[in-house]
Amino acid sequence: MKIALGPLQYYWPRLNTLQFYESVREWPVDIVYLGETVCSRRHELRLPDWLEVADMLADAGKEVVLSTQVLLESGVELNTMRKVVDNSRYPVEANDMGAVRHLAGRPFVAGPYLNVYSKPTLDVLAQAGATRWVMPLEMGRNGLQRLQQDRPAGMQTEVFAYGRMPLAFSARCFTARNRNLPKDNCQYVCMDHPDGLLMQTRESQDFLTINGIQTQSAHVHTLIHELSELADLGVDVIRLSPQSQHMEEIVQGFRAVLEQREQAGAVQARLEPRMPAAPCNGYWHGRPGLEMVQPHYAGVE
Amino acid sequence: MPRTGIAPSDGIAAHGDPVLELVCPAGSLPSLKTAIDNGADCVYIGFRDATNARNFAGLNFDAAAIAEGIRYAHDRGRKVFLALNTYPQPDAWQEWRAAMDRAADSGVDAVIVADPGLMAYAAATHPQLRLHLSVQGSATNYEAINFYHDHFGIQRAVLPRVLSIAQVEQVTENTPVETEVFGFGSLCVMVEGRCALSSYTTGESPNTHGVCSPARHVRWQDTPQGLESRLNGVLIDRYGHNENAGYPTLCKGRFDVAGENYYALEEPTSLNTLELLPRLLDMGVKAVKIEGRQRSPAYVAQVTRVWRQAIDLALANAARYSVRPTWSAELAKVSEGQQQTLGAYHRPWK
Repeated sequence: MKIALGPLQYYWPRLNTLQFYESVREWPVDIVYLGETVCSRRHELRLPDWLEVADMLADAGKEVVLSTQVLLESGVELNTMRKVVDNSRYPVEANDMGAVRHLAGRPFVAGPYLNVYSKPTLDVLAQAGATRWVMPLEMGRNGLQRLQQDRPAGMQTEVFAYGRMPLAFSARCFTARNRNLPKDNCQYVCMDHPDGLLMQTRESQDFLTINGIQTQSAHVHTLIHELSELADLGVDVIRLSPQSQHMEEIVQGFRAVLEQREQAGAVQARLEPRMPAAPCNGYWHGRPGLEMVQPHYAGVE
Repeated sequence: MPRTGIAPSDGIAAHGDPVLELVCPAGSLPSLKTAIDNGADCVYIGFRDATNARNFAGLNFDAAAIAEGIRYAHDRGRKVFLALNTYPQPDAWQEWRAAMDRAADSGVDAVIVADPGLMAYAAATHPQLRLHLSVQGSATNYEAINFYHDHFGIQRAVLPRVLSIAQVEQVTENTPVETEVFGFGSLCVMVEGRCALSSYTTGESPNTHGVCSPARHVRWQDTPQGLESRLNGVLIDRYGHNENAGYPTLCKGRFDVAGENYYALEEPTSLNTLELLPRLLDMGVKAVKIEGRQRSPAYVAQVTRVWRQAIDLALANAARYSVRPTWSAELAKVSEGQQQTLGAYHRPWK
């Protein structure tokens, strides 16, 4: 299986973002998804900047894919999407059917928000040009197994395997709301939260993470214990979602397990203090997404 | 006053279709009849299973109820839409396909669909069947809507509750597809079809099970600190003795963020766009939808009656239209948390 670095969900200062991707050149990832997928007000990097980052990573031997914004509302957002799609250098991850339409049959990656839950829908996207699809976050092993049985010829499958899960999108900016600021004058306060803003219940249970117009899980989804299952199901790519600290160790850990140099349990024990919150994997096991189903290794509980 | 028959009024176009349709919810046959008796142009319903996004216990229609409902509506010149608007799950495609066949055979006037695979099936197998794109299809821009039009011939799109009024206008101007917007009811703060908060918490979501914050996961508990509402064990809210408790829809609870406890995502509130009616008419929106198939016939009656009066007034003379205080008072009685908002239609909400 290949390792992909998913699109950056947070708003980091320009310098941090550039430094992050510069270091990615040396990491054992095969594919890097780039671009602003959350909020069109974020402007530390614009498309020409992302294309420069893309060139740098392509030079380092990475497969680069440009991701489109998930929630497209305004004319400006549609125009940005068209520019991304019409770039002549890199393939595109379509995160909205509007992007699929504008692709007009060119090959693309069908992002996790196109809601592919069944074979006929995967066929529709294959006919539209999709060559890889990303499983919806809330789908689990049983659903994927079914879809893998008769996926269209040549269609690759990618699974979100690490990171806080982007669970919902809104027109409202919840980070600005937290500061009592209107979205139109948000003062880019999401930059203060490089891994999002934690939302807890009144009894201090970590529940969700606010990231601008996006709501993420508080827990960090990880399929590190399930990588052999993913391989058995014929998954082609696992997606690791960037976090602000220790991302290289996360990538190295997944690589070590994939190459069977280390046991998942040992790697997870090492990575857990490097994660911004506790792990979860419930979706994969057909459970509520926030749950953590502990692995049952032979002889180990 | 209840509207009876189909006496042509200012609001009826030459070909018999209203200029602006009032589309009302029915979770049961009594609600359907109530909606029609109170002036709904169209009623939308669902089968009694996971194929629609209000898959609640005790709700929805079996074959006999659908047949009677359609007869009741058609006898009075009204329409029935059927929501088949969840995503067929990987191991249950046959169930959704069979539901589409049943819908086509039943004689409903349109099927409301979210899943592209299901649209492809309907377009190929039942080409005469009118397709509406469900709000669960998450089409927030005209490019997306036109994709569904190009491929499956959808004739109407229900717009997600995240667009501003200017964005609704832009969509409507740039597509041959009719647009339907939400006028009143529970407010979804997230883009419909792209929210997995419910399955994250309970394992069941609108996309996968046709439910949000499902009742079977709700627990109420009186504690010394107050009345607590939980969803699958997660504390959604705690109410003081002088507070009204509301249903624990998980995005409408009070949570701690950065040391402050508040409605971090959204207050318990209802969307109400009565004051936008003349603008919606002006920009060519084809239908206004009332949310609430899970609500009682009394709710349906109340809301339908008010909106019928409002639409008739706006159609008769848009320039002199204004929201009557009695309408607002009536709607306030059935609003979530007794609060109303223009939601995303009004830019400052965002």
